Order: sequence, then structure tokens, then C-alpha cells
Amino acid sequence: MDGRRSGLDAVTHLLTMADTPISAEPARSGLSPRKRRQISLGVQYAVFVAVLVAVAMLADWPKIAENFFNGPVAAGMFPTLFTVALKNTLIFTLAGYAIGFVLGLVLALMRLSSVAPYRVVALVYIEIFRGLPALIIFLLLGFGLPIAFPGFSLPGDVYGTVALALGLVAAAYMAESFRAGIQAVPKGQMEAARSLGMKPTRAMISIILPQAIRIVIPPLTNELILLFKDSSLVFTLGVTAATTELTKFGSDTTIDQANSTPLIVAGATYLLITIPLGIVVRRLEARQGRKR
Amino acid sequence: MTHAVEIRDLHKYFGDNEVLKGIDFTVEPGQVVCVIGPSGSGKSTLLRCVNMLEVPTKGQVFINGAELTDPDADIDAARRHVGMVFQQFNLFPHLTALQNVMIAQQRVLGRGKNEAEIIARENLNKVGVAEKCDAYPGQLSGGQQQRVAIARALAMNPDLMLFDEPTSALDPELVGDVLTVMRKLAEEGMTMLVVTHEMGFAREVADRVVFMDGGVIVEDGEPSKVIGNPSHERTRTFLHRVLHPEG
Repeated sequence: MDGRRSGLDAVTHLLTMADTPISAEPARSGLSPRKRRQISLGVQYAVFVAVLVAVAMLADWPKIAENFFNGPVAAGMFPTLFTVALKNTLIFTLAGYAIGFVLGLVLALMRLSSVAPYRVVALVYIEIFRGLPALIIFLLLGFGLPIAFPGFSLPGDVYGTVALALGLVAAAYMAESFRAGIQAVPKGQMEAARSLGMKPTRAMISIILPQAIRIVIPPLTNELILLFKDSSLVFTLGVTAATTELTKFGSDTTIDQANSTPLIVAGATYLLITIPLGIVVRRLEARQGRKR
Repeated sequence: MTHAVEIRDLHKYFGDNEVLKGIDFTVEPGQVVCVIGPSGSGKSTLLRCVNMLEVPTKGQVFINGAELTDPDADIDAARRHVGMVFQQFNLFPHLTALQNVMIAQQRVLGRGKNEAEIIARENLNKVGVAEKCDAYPGQLSGGQQQRVAIARALAMNPDLMLFDEPTSALDPELVGDVLTVMRKLAEEGMTMLVVTHEMGFAREVADRVVFMDGGVIVEDGEPSKVIGNPSHERTRTFLHRVLHPEG
């Protein structure tokens, strides 16, 4: 509460600062700076209330409730919403994350390698996969490969394709996080490990990486949230009733019922996962901030 | 007789900056040698060249008669016989004190978990932090951290211990605990090469004191001579400033 108050004060201050004279002389209008701040604050509250009232009066509430918050339609989505749609979304996400994690770590080590070609390959990979829309990767894997090589299919079918597409994209972002984490471990750690007779690889595995991964847990958790949402791109590959996921399920049910409630319910299910994860990330970041 | 450490015509450049300008010196087994000198004189760089944390630009480094500067030398194997203690302790923050002392025994020497733990506890006991076995470095004072770092090096059964300003990062009241441990090691006959600003320690414990300035060794001899009755003006000026900081 306090934080929000002081934030608001700061904004007000910024808004009024432009025309508040820096000297202590009375302003031209004859109002004291304190009076001017009060007026400015009053105007801001007035605008807020006016917009609120306008929305409340102009909106067609019964229609909105009927089309977006329809109880029976929402009830019809259970238990499939959780047993199939959410379950598949989670499988896509976690499988993609696992591939991204391993590949990202390998790419990060290549980026820091003393072998120049490794560095170049990793850099090119990261630049390409960070620069492309994830949708293009999905389409290339889902349609591009089967067209080029008829009969070819990735292991796990849709699951394999989605996991690989998500993993390839996530790896590029995670590689940069891992690299930052490895470089954030003080140089003395490697020196201490080497002075004890550890070989560079051993020192990396036993001493540097455990510390680096701890440092990058917040950004890696953020990446998990992003992947969770990106898994919705699977709809472009044409999923079946068994492999459907949250977004596809929501949109199919919406068309089926000619009612938008399923999209709202699907959206809320995403938030059920992403908001707690977001809170976890903020807690972890605050804890690391305190440690330093 | 083989020297514990022998350095021949050692030069080290950082870019165009020549930090070591031709160092020749030896440490005999069982000797305690303290290196003193103003900051920037190259004394830490010299110490770091002894176990090749810094690669010399020119010259030779021998440990127990084996040349480390030989391109085919197994540096990792040689380092197992050389313990190093750093100014900033450099304990592994993700491991407890006990694990810090165990990990290299297990991963480098291939000792089993039980054996490593017994040796780790012995050494933590020796440096007086046995009761802190399960604490993480962040929960220890600087003096305790530095003593765990000494135990970590000792657990590898080194023939030679290098100390790089081991008390410079400590609060004054914690310096004594670390110096006591080092004194005990010296009495046990450990070969030690110590870069330090602790003149009292150098005078009482060292067999030899080396004064460095500007990348060269200015004076090398018994503490009573180098600290008590220096023959060079640069040594006298330095000692005067260290011993009478108020002027």
C-alpha cells in the first residue's frame, strides 16, 4: 500500500514539476506549490471516476454476461479443460523446456568456448532463433519437413514436433541467460578450483555451473512462462481432440457453442499457472537482490 | 638437493606493462618465505606464476625439480602438490564448509566419500572451525572463511602452500586467528611462500624475507636483516611507511 502511494506521489510530482518554479518565489498564478499538487491530484481522480462511470453506464452488461461469463457453457468445458487441454499444454511446455534447457546450456558453453568455430555456430544459432517468430519454426517443422521428406515424422508425432519447435526457440533465449549466469560467477571461483588441481571441465561442472544455474533461476522461470503461452501455437499444426490444448480447446468450444465464454475460461486457466509462477519469480529476484 | 620452488629469469607482461622484470629465486623444502613490498610491486603476480594461475611471459618455474613452464607439463597434476590461499578466500558458496574441503579430494584425488570426510574434519579441526562444518561460507566470518580455505588446501596434502595476502581482506580483530593457524603450519615444517603486509608475522615466522619493488627483487635475506637492518634505501622507505603509517 505504501509503495503504491509513494509511486502515485512520484507520478503526481512529475506531472506538476514541469510548471513548478524551482525557486521558492510564489508562482505567477498565486497558488502555492502544495495547492497546485492538490488540484492536480484532484483532477486525476476526477478523470478516473468519470471514465469508470461512463463504462459502467454505456456497457451492455446482460449481453456481456451472457456471451463472456456464461455459467452453463463454462460448466460444459469440465473436466476436459483440465484432463485433456491443460494436461497437453503442460506436456508441450515441459517437453519443450527440457529440450531448451539442455540445448541452451550446450549453446552457452559453446559461446564461451576457446574454439572459435563453436563460438560462431552458437552465436549464429542464437541470433537466428531469437530473431524469428516462433510461428515460423512451428510451420517449418510441422509442414516444411514432411513436404520436403514425405513420410518423415518426428518421434512422438505432434508432441515431438511441438517440443522440438518450442525447445529450439527457447534454447536461444536460455543460452543467453546461462551465459550471463556463468559470467556472473566471480573469476576467483575458477582460480580456486584450478588451484586445487581440477581440470577446466571438472571445475565447470562441479563449481561454476551449480552457482550459475542458481543465478539464472529467475530468468529461466520467466522463460517457462513464455513457453507455456507459446505452446498455443500448436493450433497451426492441426491438433486432434486427444492432442488439443488450452487455446485450441477454447476456440473450438467457442465456435461450437457460438459463445465467447470458453475463450475467457481458457484464458483464466493460463493465468492460473502464469500468475503464481510470476509471483515466484518476483520472490526469487527479491531474495537474490537482498543477498548482494 | 631439489628446491621446493625455483624461478629463473621470470618476466610477466600484462599487455605492454612489464610487471615482473626478471625474477630469480628459490624456496627450500621446509622454508617459510615472506614476500613484502608496496602494492603494484608484482609480488602477487609472482606468487600466481608459481602455480601458473598467471602464465609467465618468459622464464622458467620449477616445483620440486619439475618444470611447470614446459609446454608438455601436466599443470593440473603439479597443482595437486601446491595449496593456494587467496586474499578473497574464494570458498565455493554453494557448498558447506565440510563439502568445500571434501570436493577436490573426491573429484581430483579420487578419495571415497568417507575417507574425504574424515580428512576434511581433521583439517577443519586443525584450523579451529570444526563446529562450523555444516555452515555455508556466507554464514561464516571472514576469519572463519579463510581458515576453511586453508583446510581445503591442506586436505590435498600439499608439499607447498602459497598465501596471497591471506589477512588483507579481514577485519583487524580476525587477523590473529588466521596468523595463528599459519604459524602452527610453519612450526610443523610446511614449506610456505607468503605474500603479506604483516611485518610482525614476517619477522617472527619467516626464515627469509624477500622485498620486491617495481617488478624486481630488491632484497632477499633473513628477517632480522631485511626488516631489522635493510641495506637498500627503497626497503627502508617502504618499511618506514608500513611501520609508521601516521608519518
